[in-house]
Amino acid sequence: MRWLADVHVRLREGIADPEGQTIAGGLRALGFPSVGEVRAGKLLRVSFEAPDMESAEEAVATMCRRLLANPVMETADWELQAEGIPAEEEIA
Amino acid sequence: MSRGPKVAVVVFPGTWSERDFAHVAGLLGWEARLIWHAEPELGDVDAVVLPGGFAHGDHLRTGAIARFSPLMEAVEAFAASGGPVLGSCNGFQILCEAGMLPGVLLRNHSLQFRCDWQWLRVEGAAGAWLAPNEVSAGDLIRLPISHGEGRYHADSDVIGELEGSGRIVLRYADADGAVTAAANPNGSLNAIAGIVNERGNVLGLMPHPERAAEDEVGGTDGLHILRSLEHWLVAQPAAAERRL
Repeated sequence: MRWLADVHVRLREGIADPEGQTIAGGLRALGFPSVGEVRAGKLLRVSFEAPDMESAEEAVATMCRRLLANPVMETADWELQAEGIPAEEEIA
Repeated sequence: MSRGPKVAVVVFPGTWSERDFAHVAGLLGWEARLIWHAEPELGDVDAVVLPGGFAHGDHLRTGAIARFSPLMEAVEAFAASGGPVLGSCNGFQILCEAGMLPGVLLRNHSLQFRCDWQWLRVEGAAGAWLAPNEVSAGDLIRLPISHGEGRYHADSDVIGELEGSGRIVLRYADADGAVTAAANPNGSLNAIAGIVNERGNVLGLMPHPERAAEDEVGGTDGLHILRSLEHWLVAQPAAAERRL
């Protein structure tokens, strides 16, 4: 069956994020002077096949470890859900 | 030396410095072979160059996708056997993503793409690409930089190990050789511009030696790095044997 993973890639704490700092400056200029830190990250939505939840989890973990996040500077977490509703012939 | 080195110059989709390298290789009497990233083999070469550019559009992270190109397995095996590998700019980013060098290159602290001439302080002359015949510790060389993501980062253990083992070979400096925040174009930790692996056969650096090889373009300091390969190959018994 197909799965949909929303993968959030974040810069590790302590790593300077000039993009986030610039966005924070923009928000303050917009009229939100109370804005503190902004951290920029990535959201990746991945659709893929796996026989069950356990193997889908394992697949996403591998995707994150090997490619989607670089552990030197990033962390990844994700939400996993079955994609769509199975077609009628699959139910039958 | 009976003939110049044969050098593989790897071309990814989005690489843009391969012809500059090939041009300079020609000036030096080398044979440059441009090899497409999807090829499985490097062939019989003395050295490998990963040039600058934007491999695979730099999508996800710089160098992240390039690492999975079929040819990279051959490049990793070549480096593991002691073969000299030079990664400049995007090539440095690819070497880090591939785990052939530690650390990672992040977005410049200024968020600006920096394209300029840059002074570099040579911290040590060792390995395939910084031969004592060409440079000495403390020398200043001037090379072009051209990157938006050159801020070297690694955790403090890795930085400590690099510092302790003399593997930080090039640092951003000013014209007087002072390593200052103002002279650091991208916010790299410890002003790191170039590092080598433990054996010294793999060098990654953000600047472009191939763009400083003729007086007409403003400088020739890049030749120190490229000509170092010739000295190193002569000194390597295994490499010398291959050349008979």
